[in-house]
Amino acid sequence: MLFEAVKLALQAIQRNALRSFLTVLGIVIGVGAVIAMVTIGRGTTAKVSADLAQLGSNLLFVRPGQFGPGRASTDAKPFNTRDVEAIRSQVPGLRAVAPVAQKSFTVIYGAENRQTAVNGTDNDYFVTQDWTLTGGRQFLDGEIRSGRAVCVLGETVRDKLFGRGDPVGRNIRVKNVSCEVIGLLRPKGQSSTGADLDDVVLMPLRVYHRRLAGNTDIGSINVSARDDVDTAKVQADIERLLRERRNMLAGQIDDFSVRDMKQLAETTMATTQMLTALLGAVAAVSLLVGGIGIMNIMLVSVTERTREIGIRLAIGALESQVLAQFLVEAVVLSLFGGLAGILLGLGLAWLATGGLRVPFVLDTPIILIAFGFSALVGVVFGYFPARRVAHLDPIEALRHE
Amino acid sequence: MQEGSKPPIIEFRGVTKVYGTGHAAVHALAGVDLAIAEGEFVAIMGPSGSGKSTAMNLIGCLDKPSAGDYLFKGVSLGQLSRDQRTMLRRHFLGFVFQGFNLLPRTTAVENVELPLIYRGLPQAERRAMAMTALRRVGLEGREHHTSAELSGGQQQRVAIARAIVTDPVVLLADEPTGNLDTKTSREIMELVSSLNREQGITVIMVTHENDIAAYAGRIVRFVDGKVESDAPDREAA
Ligand SMILES: Nc1ncnc2c1ncn2[C@@H]1O[C@H](COP(=O)(O)OP(=O)(O)O)[C@@H](O)[C@H]1O
Ligand SMILES: [Mg+2]
Repeated sequence: MLFEAVKLALQAIQRNALRSFLTVLGIVIGVGAVIAMVTIGRGTTAKVSADLAQLGSNLLFVRPGQFGPGRASTDAKPFNTRDVEAIRSQVPGLRAVAPVAQKSFTVIYGAENRQTAVNGTDNDYFVTQDWTLTGGRQFLDGEIRSGRAVCVLGETVRDKLFGRGDPVGRNIRVKNVSCEVIGLLRPKGQSSTGADLDDVVLMPLRVYHRRLAGNTDIGSINVSARDDVDTAKVQADIERLLRERRNMLAGQIDDFSVRDMKQLAETTMATTQMLTALLGAVAAVSLLVGGIGIMNIMLVSVTERTREIGIRLAIGALESQVLAQFLVEAVVLSLFGGLAGILLGLGLAWLATGGLRVPFVLDTPIILIAFGFSALVGVVFGYFPARRVAHLDPIEALRHE
Repeated sequence: MQEGSKPPIIEFRGVTKVYGTGHAAVHALAGVDLAIAEGEFVAIMGPSGSGKSTAMNLIGCLDKPSAGDYLFKGVSLGQLSRDQRTMLRRHFLGFVFQGFNLLPRTTAVENVELPLIYRGLPQAERRAMAMTALRRVGLEGREHHTSAELSGGQQQRVAIARAIVTDPVVLLADEPTGNLDTKTSREIMELVSSLNREQGITVIMVTHENDIAAYAGRIVRFVDGKVESDAPDREAA
């Protein structure tokens, strides 16, 4: 009997192809939108939290100037190597303190060249950035002290200049400085803001200062605190030390800032999660609209088919048999629409996450909820209007024009 | 009327049908007594609005009387539930309507199969029975045409095939030739009266036309919701 009901339903669906298509379309779009939005949001969140993990532990980012509403002071005095030494020697609980002087230069190998960010720093940078090598080595103490021109390449730069080749031991030119490649950074991919983290060249700070920058300024200092210390205390210690060294008066606003990167990342994370929720809500509205669409089409369809119901009742269909047919019809349509919507949503999410370079994270509960909702809407709005008609006296239904 | 021990297959005792209430109430049937024996071919005639269709719908259990008693094979149907009346239609009655009432966008054979589906017959058996019924009404070769691809006469043949495929005891036809031309009407009437003669199906038919009524063995005339005359048709054999 159920089998018959399914067959009758399939026949009816096929006979009313356009109407069936429109019904399904509402579900497909609703379910598809919810699943696409939520999956993209989940992927972004996953990416941000992966970035957070990649930041290295307890990273503090120190730079000149204040950032915040109405406080931009770009002419603040840069740091120097003595500031870095002072932090190293006077602030307790630190794992690594890396000076960073950065500017964009053209790097050249043979006929290839690329404009890239060149960082003057030291081996502490590998610690603060949690960065390991896939080949070669870090800087030697001698190279750091003497200012020998050596460099470590990010994957993007290596790829552009050397293609498949191994650059370790070769000489590239940075601006007009010949520089031996000693190491390769493990690729990190994109940051959550889409910047290419591998588009970078590292050099010892001294050679950078002497041969490229022409000054001894340090643009920023990356500090990694030990796991067993409180980063808030480290932050306060650094602030006190730098205020002292920069001869600041009491009450004067810091002309530098110390930012806890973890806090920053957590803020970004919260924002991303809120955005995901928002996307989900927008999509839920489209699912609701899809549901109302189904309801409309089902209502019209049942009215249109009142005569058909009358004929079926007259020739011996029980009310329950007519209802079973309509119910199965609604279930089949919404299942089909729900499945198509899931495929569409996952397909869109797959394309979008690929484009955004964020991971594709399946959110099973959302899929089930979206699917369940569409099925519920389809069934409720397919069944109840049909029940009203199937309960008429056959002659009432037959008289319907 | 029949004298034997067998009760009439259909019997109305003071059947009344009132539509609406109060001042708007219409007495479509005002106390009708009528008995029809198994195997009869009865034509119901009368002016428009005299209650012919109302009587047919009551006989067909498509509607309930307001008062009076309806006995089928001697059993009163007054207490039957909705589903019981459906079962009665399913097993004993066949319908042919003036407007054919075929399912749209559905082939002839699928239309004819429909009542068998609700009887729970398996597909193969259903198909075979539907094909036989279509052959009986002279529609071989048209089995897979939809209503839109058939003429009025052919559609009415499909409707007749659908009505007889279940081997009903009574065939109810409300103005079956009302939408058909004279020649086609004749063909349909030949078919209906052969079903009555050869299969012994009881036929009750509403018509306006004397030459259509002439196929019947008995003519019941309605006026204002009452039986005005009830007589054997002299011209019929
Ligand atoms: N569903 C209905 N509601 C109200 N009045 C009706 C309804 N059906 C029939 N009638 C009225 O009942 C009377 C008999 O109708 P009907 O049996 O259709 O007559 P006939 O078939 O003889 O032309 C008419 O006056 C008609 O207007
Ligand atoms: Mg009528």
